[in-house]
Amino acid sequence: MLTVKLIDRYGAVFIAVLAAAAVIVPFCNLAIEPGSAFHIPDYLLPLIGKYLCFALLAISIDLIWGYCGILSLGHGAFFALGGYAMGMYLMRQIGPRGVYGHPILPDFMVFLNFQDLPWFWLGFDSFLFAMVMVLLVPGVLAFVFGWFAFRSRVTGVYLSIITQAMTFALMLAFFRNDMGFGGNNGLTDFKDILGFSVQAGETRAVLFALSAAALGLGYLLCRYVVTSKLGKVLVAVRDAESRTRFLGYRVENYKLAVFVLSAMLAGLAGALYVPQVGIINPSEFAPANSIEAVIWVAVGGRGTLVGAALGALVVNVGKSWFTGAIPEFWLFALGALFVVVTLFLPKGILGTLQDYLGHPKAAKPAPEPDGAAVAHPAE
Amino acid sequence: MDASVTPALLYLDDVSVTFDGFRALNSLSLVIEHAEMRAIIGPNGAGKTTMMDVITGKTRPDTGEVMFDGHHDLTRIDEAGIAELGIGRKFQTPTVFDMLTVEDNILLALKSDRRPLASLLEKLTSARKERVDELLERVRLKDHRHRKAGNLSHGQKQWLEIGMLLAQEPKLLLVDEPAAGMTDQETADTADLLREIAQTRSVVVVEHDMVFVRDLGVKVTCLHEGSVLAEGPLDAVSSNERVIEVYLGR
Repeated sequence: MLTVKLIDRYGAVFIAVLAAAAVIVPFCNLAIEPGSAFHIPDYLLPLIGKYLCFALLAISIDLIWGYCGILSLGHGAFFALGGYAMGMYLMRQIGPRGVYGHPILPDFMVFLNFQDLPWFWLGFDSFLFAMVMVLLVPGVLAFVFGWFAFRSRVTGVYLSIITQAMTFALMLAFFRNDMGFGGNNGLTDFKDILGFSVQAGETRAVLFALSAAALGLGYLLCRYVVTSKLGKVLVAVRDAESRTRFLGYRVENYKLAVFVLSAMLAGLAGALYVPQVGIINPSEFAPANSIEAVIWVAVGGRGTLVGAALGALVVNVGKSWFTGAIPEFWLFALGALFVVVTLFLPKGILGTLQDYLGHPKAAKPAPEPDGAAVAHPAE
Repeated sequence: MDASVTPALLYLDDVSVTFDGFRALNSLSLVIEHAEMRAIIGPNGAGKTTMMDVITGKTRPDTGEVMFDGHHDLTRIDEAGIAELGIGRKFQTPTVFDMLTVEDNILLALKSDRRPLASLLEKLTSARKERVDELLERVRLKDHRHRKAGNLSHGQKQWLEIGMLLAQEPKLLLVDEPAAGMTDQETADTADLLREIAQTRSVVVVEHDMVFVRDLGVKVTCLHEGSVLAEGPLDAVSSNERVIEVYLGR
């Protein structure tokens, strides 16, 4: 098909559900009295908000993995960097209200005997600056990393391994106290965001709605990319990289562009995640987190975008339930889920659904006048 | 490099390529004129595919000169750059984008700005649509335009790939075994198509099928152990003692 609609059937359902959730979930939390069957308890609002952030991370992974064949096992790093940028802003907002009451330095710096604010903390008292950094830091890291990796034509499993090494290295670095990011404990005890208390129900409702909006807009942006000609080039790169080169496309530039975009979306997801969970620490860089995010995409259905979001939701709801009910079995369940999906649903939940209900792309225009019927002989 | 070194479209001089001590090309020299069709024959391992790799930038020669259109030194340009200069390549096994539709395959190959941002913003103009229609017509895949390329038959994939080559509007087409796996009728049709293309563009065809080569009716170069063994009209080449010995068999 030369042109594919920006919003297909699944996309329309997805956007509609998100829009409804953005309104209904905060409403049911704030306006409906506890005790009512429709009340959403306070703990659930940021939990669902967290799932929305994970869904955005999953979509960012699907953009590069599902469409361009770049399997990043280090995308948690971009998510965490976005989270740290937001966390630094939130730390600066504490001001003199810390336990030690230092007018400028956050508690952990006082505790670790920092004399001055490190240079890379400058500017983070400005929300705007911090938001730029949320996108810029992951973007620049992805650009530098991708510049070398794609130019050297590192592909497949080798690329996956070095992305894994990247996030592992960052985790080790952020664990160090003298890095100036709070070491082991990370950044926490947040008080305000733009003057509103992060604990307040209304602030949480707004953060929830913003997460839903970011997910929806992130989806539309990815969808715009994959339905453009650039999206077709990405699929071409995924399926026959050297053929694409011989058509005159500089494959490394395409990969770089989409990798940077993906990293920025992951950073945005991380930034929305941090005020809702109230902490960011180096364990977010753990390689296992990145691998888990890839599993969400595989479960939901790679190369579908909506499926990636669905996978993130399904797996994380499962995780929340398991870690509450039978925590010691969660990793077994996750492993089993991955095996089952790989064996029985290789296209993931949404891919399989599409096969049953018909692919939206398969909605063909009127058949060609000169006998399209005879044009499909048995292979 | 100062202006035109040679009036020829493609000029290979003394090109050698060694892989782990194996000389794939051994001071190969070859000249292709504008709008010339040339058939390349030779036994397996003669260096036919390596020669294509060198011309398209996939392999860098150890020594020698590869000039295109008089002043482009192909040994210094990457694959994408060479493709943009106007050299298109069809692979031995048909290589199309299986998951994309037939028309999308052609669309990707259409001459256009190849940079990512340009691709993102590119609009499907009616001129481009017409061009896609025209090319699909020419390679007889109009009725199959909405099918995924991966579902085409072998012969159809070969033709789709030729269609993609034409969409690039190259000055030089390198065609590796276009008749492989085709029926007799398809082979004859392919020869017709290539002859038609060669009226305006240069075409280099690597082929084992001697009937097909005869059908093309063009100058023939026989490669052996990485260099030219014989060159000339097919009758002269095929009666050459050495060619018979190493390739055609007695």
